[in-house]
Amino acid sequence: MATTFTLNGEAKTVDVDPQMPLLWVLRDTLNLTGTKFGCGMALCGACTVHINGEATRSCITPVSSVAGKKVTTIEGLSADCSHPVQKAWIEEDVPQCGYCQSGQIMSAVALLSKKPNPTDADIDDAMSGNICRCGTYQRIRKAIHHAASLQAKA
Amino acid sequence: MKSASFTRRDFLKTGTAGSAALVVGFRFPLSAWDDPAKGQETKPPNPFNAWIRITPDNQVTLILGKSEMGQGVFTSLPMILAEELCVDWKQVTVQQAETNAKIYDHGTGGSGSVAGSWVPLRQAGAAAREMLILAAAKKWEVSPDTCKAQNGAVVHGHPERSLNYGELVQDAAKLPLPNFKDVPLKNSGEFTIVGLDKRRLDSTSKTSGAAKFGIDSRVPGMLYAVVARCPVFGGKVASFDAKAAERVPGVRQVFSFETAGRGASTTGGVAVVADNSWAAIRGREALTVKWDEGAAAKESSEELHKQFIDNAAKPGKVVRNDGDANAALENSNKKIEAVYELPFAAHVCMEPMNCTVKIEADRAEAWVPTQAPQWAQSVIAQTANLPGEKVVVHTTMMGGGFGRRYQADFVMEAAQIAKKTGKPIMLLWTREDDLRHDFYRPASYHKLQGTLDANNNLTAWKHFQTSTSIAAKWRPDGDKKPEAGEFGTGTTIPYAAPNIRIEYTLAHSSAPRAWWRSVEHSSSGFVAESFIDELAREAGEDPVAFRLKLIGADRKISQFEGEPDSPPLDTARLKTVLRLAATKAGWGKSLPQGEGLGIAAFFSFESYAAAVAEVSANANGIAVKRIVCAVDCGRPVNPNGIRAQVESAAIYALTATVKDAITVERGRVVQANFNDYDMIRMNEAPVIEVHVVNSNESPTGIGEPTVPVIAPAICNAIQAATGKRLRRLPLRASDLA
Repeated sequence: MATTFTLNGEAKTVDVDPQMPLLWVLRDTLNLTGTKFGCGMALCGACTVHINGEATRSCITPVSSVAGKKVTTIEGLSADCSHPVQKAWIEEDVPQCGYCQSGQIMSAVALLSKKPNPTDADIDDAMSGNICRCGTYQRIRKAIHHAASLQAKA
Repeated sequence: MKSASFTRRDFLKTGTAGSAALVVGFRFPLSAWDDPAKGQETKPPNPFNAWIRITPDNQVTLILGKSEMGQGVFTSLPMILAEELCVDWKQVTVQQAETNAKIYDHGTGGSGSVAGSWVPLRQAGAAAREMLILAAAKKWEVSPDTCKAQNGAVVHGHPERSLNYGELVQDAAKLPLPNFKDVPLKNSGEFTIVGLDKRRLDSTSKTSGAAKFGIDSRVPGMLYAVVARCPVFGGKVASFDAKAAERVPGVRQVFSFETAGRGASTTGGVAVVADNSWAAIRGREALTVKWDEGAAAKESSEELHKQFIDNAAKPGKVVRNDGDANAALENSNKKIEAVYELPFAAHVCMEPMNCTVKIEADRAEAWVPTQAPQWAQSVIAQTANLPGEKVVVHTTMMGGGFGRRYQADFVMEAAQIAKKTGKPIMLLWTREDDLRHDFYRPASYHKLQGTLDANNNLTAWKHFQTSTSIAAKWRPDGDKKPEAGEFGTGTTIPYAAPNIRIEYTLAHSSAPRAWWRSVEHSSSGFVAESFIDELAREAGEDPVAFRLKLIGADRKISQFEGEPDSPPLDTARLKTVLRLAATKAGWGKSLPQGEGLGIAAFFSFESYAAAVAEVSANANGIAVKRIVCAVDCGRPVNPNGIRAQVESAAIYALTATVKDAITVERGRVVQANFNDYDMIRMNEAPVIEVHVVNSNESPTGIGEPTVPVIAPAICNAIQAATGKRLRRLPLRASDLA
């Protein structure tokens, strides 16, 4: 069955099992591999994308549920890592293995869109669904504060 | 050679083709494994054919055999090469080498990449620099001594003339190779890259979503596979019904296959091959498999704990015996005894295991997130019945390694499935597969006994351990000999004691075990640094002052049964990190009721690490608020990268200290996903401060050495906060009631 949605600003129609999670549609059908598989149960946040601006775990989101909606993935944030959150991530040297960072960045972008100047408690609330096994949390926290200041200047 | 122990260090050496001279210790009698001595080049390769590519437009690409799993070798190793090559750091890009044992030492682990590459990469960079200088000197018809290399060019004379490396490389590459041993290396005072904070070269691709991990490999015509494996260790497929699975849209093929031999995690299973990952996962859910569970179905963590207690009631095999610790214990009136226990632990790489393989009639190609590409290559070659050189292994970026990706079990499965289907295959593991079919950090149980004299000097140290050894899984002669290797550096005790006795008894388990970040040091550090703290309290002395007193004067202690080339434990360096961590943490400061500071220091991977944990603890919860680390890993190549590794190791160890255990029931792992095997998350992550000693010694390991000090620092802090001693991991606040 065909499902149509907007992906990173472009209309997309996919003809797949409507129950297929958005994660696998992005990765296997559309070959957009920046969004990662980590647990399949919305427990780790590696698969986080935005659906109509909300941070959402794509591994448990049936593709049929995004029909007519706007989906943004890590690839849709900017063409050249110029998004303030991406800039802050690079400047604070956040990534180690990097596997979870697409999800971390998508969660952080959603947080900053709601709370342009988040407190540490806001960061704890918004980011605790995203596991980083390399333990980059301290640098992520710093990068979110840094991105907030970059956004304020922009 | 170590008498009988088989350490990961031996594995790394035997499993990779560093050089014949490095192959010491135990050797695998392994047919699946190409003899690393075969096809070895004794002469170093021309650096322009191996590590350095310079194009006529003066772009410099450094080619690396090591695997990047997050530890930052794609930044630290190029720094070393670029330093001696005298290029502008901004010119440098990095490329992963294809598997070629004749040139590269591919095996990545043991916190050994920077330590092991420091001299060879400097020599390679310097050799290339000298060849470029000579090429310029010939062109100008001047003496090479009057030319110098700087910022990617060779310069000469006044007014200065200059040729950039791009203009020289074609001539330079044809010159005879200098003798690597004699090639002039820079003095450290001349360093312009090494020793400075550098940001990672791969952070842009890891921030844009563009970085390609193993799981992102895409090959035309590829299919996706998942495998149903017997949940019981060593169990086999008895029969299966594929009908329902085959009806799942997208499922192409369902079949059983077997894996066997060294390196197999299971006996194989039932493969479901499909058009996409989701269909394969759904297909597996629809399968009906009857398992022949085998003998391991009787095993459990409870039974293992009983084995531990039984074993501890009897003397173990003597690993080390100085003086007469038993007599000292008998005769002392100031003695303590404590029992510690650690569970199995899983690696949990964020990127689940996966492997993409394409097998053709006369060649094979694979995309593997692996710490051991040569092992992957030989496993695929054997399965495909091809000579090793007909198998190209592309090492991909990997979402964590931590030792898990040293294994080739997932490669073995992928190769079997690719061979059987005749199609390019990506084998995908789910998180459940990852947690239930890992090679776990051994479970262990330790009885420590110590005596003090009237002046609170340590008179006896006795350490009995029983564990599900790694060596017993990997070594053909199993448990026949005492295992110094089971203690890591826990047998090299920095605290002076005339009587030392170390004993070991193997505990039986069918659970696969292997190298988990910091390996045996993770348990030895925990028990030794907990127990020394308990002794300090028995003595009524400050834990920092007590340690410094017992370490005593500056001295060098040979590593017990160390390798011939193992450097000794330098007590001055150990004391430096102890003092540095204590000072920076504000040791001795007053804290609110229910809060405390605890310290630990340990020597492993030839580096020195200390940590002070600041905790708040009561029966309702344990919160680690701050961890102050001090490390001495020799000359810091990239201090920023070192801090990142220490932060990472601290969080990794904190997870193992306060989160979940891997437990076994009916021969299978109970935990399946992050709901029952959780990780430290943002809201629980403490502030971590890292202080790096500015040493002039050769670089040593940093990915792992912080792991062993975290759990003891936390337990010591909990005792300071609550007066209660926790000795079993993971810690439970309810034990403080």
